[in-house]
Amino acid sequence: MPPDTEAIAEQVFIALADPSRRAILAALASGGPATATDLAAGLPITRQAIAKHLALLAEAGLVTAEPGERRRVRYRVRSAPMQAAQQFLAALARDWDGSLGALQDHLDRTARRSGTTPLRQAQGRHG
Amino acid sequence: MGFPDRIERTVDLAHPPGAVWAALTTAEGLGAWFGNHAAIDLRPGGAAELSWAGGPAVALRVERVEAPRVFGFTWPIYGLPGDDPRRTYVEFTLEPAGAGTRLTVTESGFAQLPAGAHRTAYDGNTEGWAKELAELAGYLDAT
Repeated sequence: MPPDTEAIAEQVFIALADPSRRAILAALASGGPATATDLAAGLPITRQAIAKHLALLAEAGLVTAEPGERRRVRYRVRSAPMQAAQQFLAALARDWDGSLGALQDHLDRTARRSGTTPLRQAQGRHG
Repeated sequence: MGFPDRIERTVDLAHPPGAVWAALTTAEGLGAWFGNHAAIDLRPGGAAELSWAGGPAVALRVERVEAPRVFGFTWPIYGLPGDDPRRTYVEFTLEPAGAGTRLTVTESGFAQLPAGAHRTAYDGNTEGWAKELAELAGYLDAT
């Protein structure tokens, strides 16, 4: 695990901890590249606050600034850091406890159906 | 912040290894407890598929088959796009424990992220889409 991946994930979680930044990222993800002014028109956040959040997001590598028409800077989402954070979330989301519980129930049912006496459980998932 | 690469669980099952092995490696077994439907070609390199009612199907690749002790496969990382090449490796190990089975499952590879590779891959993807859309726009303009 390269240490910078952890740093990247941390930046993502810091960015997502703020509702205004979540709204900005969501707007860029769903609507495509936009300027701070475009974003201010669609969100209940002042243009000044949006500019501040965009600067933080750009520094974290979550958005990139690109020159647009009439020297207006447009921002677009960079998905790479999100993918780094997603690896972390994937490990949390994998529910082996639930699956192994289902396996145990399945084995109990199968044993009952085939008429074999279920063995006494020394240690079960409830134990 | 810890970044788990590996998940490991051990359970003692009150069923002999043969029964556990069948539940893990047959379409009937997998479709009963793991997914709602399953298909499996049980050999190293063989394909398997798990699907859930109203959900997506997941493609597995069988890696290790050593009946009735070790069963391993790779599958996609939860939450990543379906065409992402990265996969985690899942291995079930069965050990006789009295008349039952001690089952250990390990899933590893969550932290895999080739340095710099993700940047190329995903930025490349984004630019790829921008290019495709530009081409589509050009095509539509021309017709």
